[in-house]
Amino acid sequence: MPFSNEKILQFIQENIGGEPVSVSEPFDFLTVELNPDQLLPLVGALKSHPQFQFTFMTDLCGLHIPEQEGKELGVVYMFHSWSSNTKIRLKVFVPVANPVVPSMTAHFNSANWMERETYDFYGIIFDGHPNLKRILNVDDMDYFPLRKEYPLEDQIRQDKVDSMFGR
Amino acid sequence: MQNLASFPNPFNGIIPAEKEEFVNDLTTLNLGPTHPATHGVFQNILQMDGEKIISGVSTIGYIHRAFEKIAEHRPFYQITPLTDRLNYCSSPINNMGWHMTVEKLLGVTVPKRAEYIRVIAMELARIADHLICNSILGVDSGAFTGFLYVFQEREKIYDIYEEICGSRLTTNMGRVGGMERDLSDVAIVKLKKFLKEFPPVFKEFEALFNRNRIFMDRVIDVGVLSKEMAMDYGFTGPNLRAAGIDYDVRVMNPYSSYEDFQFDIPIGENGDTYDRFMVRNEEIWQSLRIIQQALDNLPEGPYHADAPHYYLPEKQDVYTKMEALIYHFKIVMGEIDAPVGEVYHAVEGGNGELGYYLISDGGRAPARLHFRRPCFIFYQAYTEMAKGMLLSDAILVLSSMNVIAGELDA
Repeated sequence: MPFSNEKILQFIQENIGGEPVSVSEPFDFLTVELNPDQLLPLVGALKSHPQFQFTFMTDLCGLHIPEQEGKELGVVYMFHSWSSNTKIRLKVFVPVANPVVPSMTAHFNSANWMERETYDFYGIIFDGHPNLKRILNVDDMDYFPLRKEYPLEDQIRQDKVDSMFGR
Repeated sequence: MQNLASFPNPFNGIIPAEKEEFVNDLTTLNLGPTHPATHGVFQNILQMDGEKIISGVSTIGYIHRAFEKIAEHRPFYQITPLTDRLNYCSSPINNMGWHMTVEKLLGVTVPKRAEYIRVIAMELARIADHLICNSILGVDSGAFTGFLYVFQEREKIYDIYEEICGSRLTTNMGRVGGMERDLSDVAIVKLKKFLKEFPPVFKEFEALFNRNRIFMDRVIDVGVLSKEMAMDYGFTGPNLRAAGIDYDVRVMNPYSSYEDFQFDIPIGENGDTYDRFMVRNEEIWQSLRIIQQALDNLPEGPYHADAPHYYLPEKQDVYTKMEALIYHFKIVMGEIDAPVGEVYHAVEGGNGELGYYLISDGGRAPARLHFRRPCFIFYQAYTEMAKGMLLSDAILVLSSMNVIAGELDA
C-alpha cells in the first residue's frame, strides 16, 4: 500500500526542520520544492528510511522557466519506493547566473548520465559529479540548447510563425 | 603494439594500479560506432589486455535528434511520430504511452474497447521487441537459424500493425482519446492466425536455444548483474527482472485495463545473460496469453473517447457538419490550448519503464516534455559490467541488454 502524501510530507518537514519552499500534488503526485542544500541529506534519509525505502531513482531532468526571476533553472528528481509503490518528486531551482546543484551521484549511480544530459541541455553544474561533460551533443558546443532563449525555427522565415503554436 | 604514451590517452588515471607497469602492453580498441556486432550506433573505446577488457568509455549521441526541444514547438498530436522513433522496435508502446500521458493531463476517459485494442497492440509490440533481442543474441553467439525463423513471425506482427493503423515500423498508432479506427475484421483474422501459428514456431526457437549446450556455455554466468547494482544503475524491464526484482509497471501501476488480465511476471535468479534471455522468452508467452484474453473478451462499444477538442472527427462529418469542420481545422492547426498541469505517466516498454514527464503551461505545445528512456539510464552500467570480461562475451552482454540506439540518443 502506498504511503499517504501527508505522511511523507511530515517526514520531509521533520527532516529539513521547517517548511519546504513549496508543496503541490498534481495528479496525486507529491511534489516538493527544496533549497539545493537540503536535497542530498533528505534524499539520503528517504533512501535509508526503514519503511519508505525510496531506493530507486526513476528520473532526473532539467527545467528552464525564464519568468521565474532568480530561480530560472530547475532540476526535477523522481523517486520510487518499490516496497510500498510510493512515488515522490523533488524539485530544486537555481538562478541562471550561478546554476550549481549538488550531484545526486552520491546516492545513485544512475544519476551520472542523467546529470550529464541535464548539463548538456541546460548548463546546470552538478557539484561533485565525477565526469561532468556533454553527453549527447558535441563537446565544443558553446550554448545550452534546451534553454528557452534558443528558438527552434529560423526566425527569418515569415511563412511559419511560432505564435501559431502557442509560443 | 602501440605505445600509448605517444598520443593523448583517454584512460589517463583510470588504469588500475596493478596494470600500470604493463601499460604499454595494453591495446586501445575502438568498438563502434558502426561495428557490425553492436546493432546500432554505439561507440565503446575499450582498453584491452589481450582479449580481456580492462576498462571502457562509452560515447553516445551519434543519432541525437533533440526530440525534447522539437516537442516544445509542436501540438500534442504531432509529438506521436517523435515517440515512434525512440524505441523503434516497439513503436506502438511508445505511441500509447504518449497518448495516455496526454489523456491523463486532459482528464479524458478512454472506453474499454479502445483500451483493449491498445493492450493488443502493445503486447504485439512487446513480442516483436523481445523476438529481435533474443534472436540477435543468437546471431551474436553464432546461431543464425533461430533469427531467420522468428523474423518471419515478426513480419506477421508488422502485417497486423498495418491492418490496425496503416504503417509498419514507425506506426504513429492510435490518437489522443482512443484509436483512429476500429479493429477491422481482417485484423482480427490475422491476429487469430498469428496466435495459432506463432506458438509452434516459437517452441522450435526455444528448442534451438534453451537447453542447447553450446549456447548455455556461452551465456551462463556471463554479464552477471546483481540486484543491488541493477537498482543503483536504474535498470528496469526484463533486465531488472532477470536480476530477481519483480518490478513491472503493468502490475504495480496498471494502465489501459491491464488489471483485467491474468498473466505472470517471470523473474530470473542470477541476472546473467541466460536469465535475461529466458525472461524475455517467457514474457513472450505471457504476452500471447494477454492478447488471447483481450481478443476473447473484447468489449463492444466505441473505440474512442468523446473528446471533440482533441479527437479528429469523421472525415464525412467534416464535409457535411459545421462543428466537425471547425474542430477538424482547430485540431490540425494545433489551435487547442491544453490545460495547465504537470503529469508523469509510465508504461512498461520493450526494455523497461518508459516514462513521459509533461509540463503544460496552458499553451498549445508542451512547456517541457522529458522522455524517461530506460536504455539511456541503464546503458551507463555497460562499461562497468564489461570490466574483466572477454570481448566476445561483452558483445553478448550488449545484445542481451536490448539497448536501442534511437531510444538511447533520443
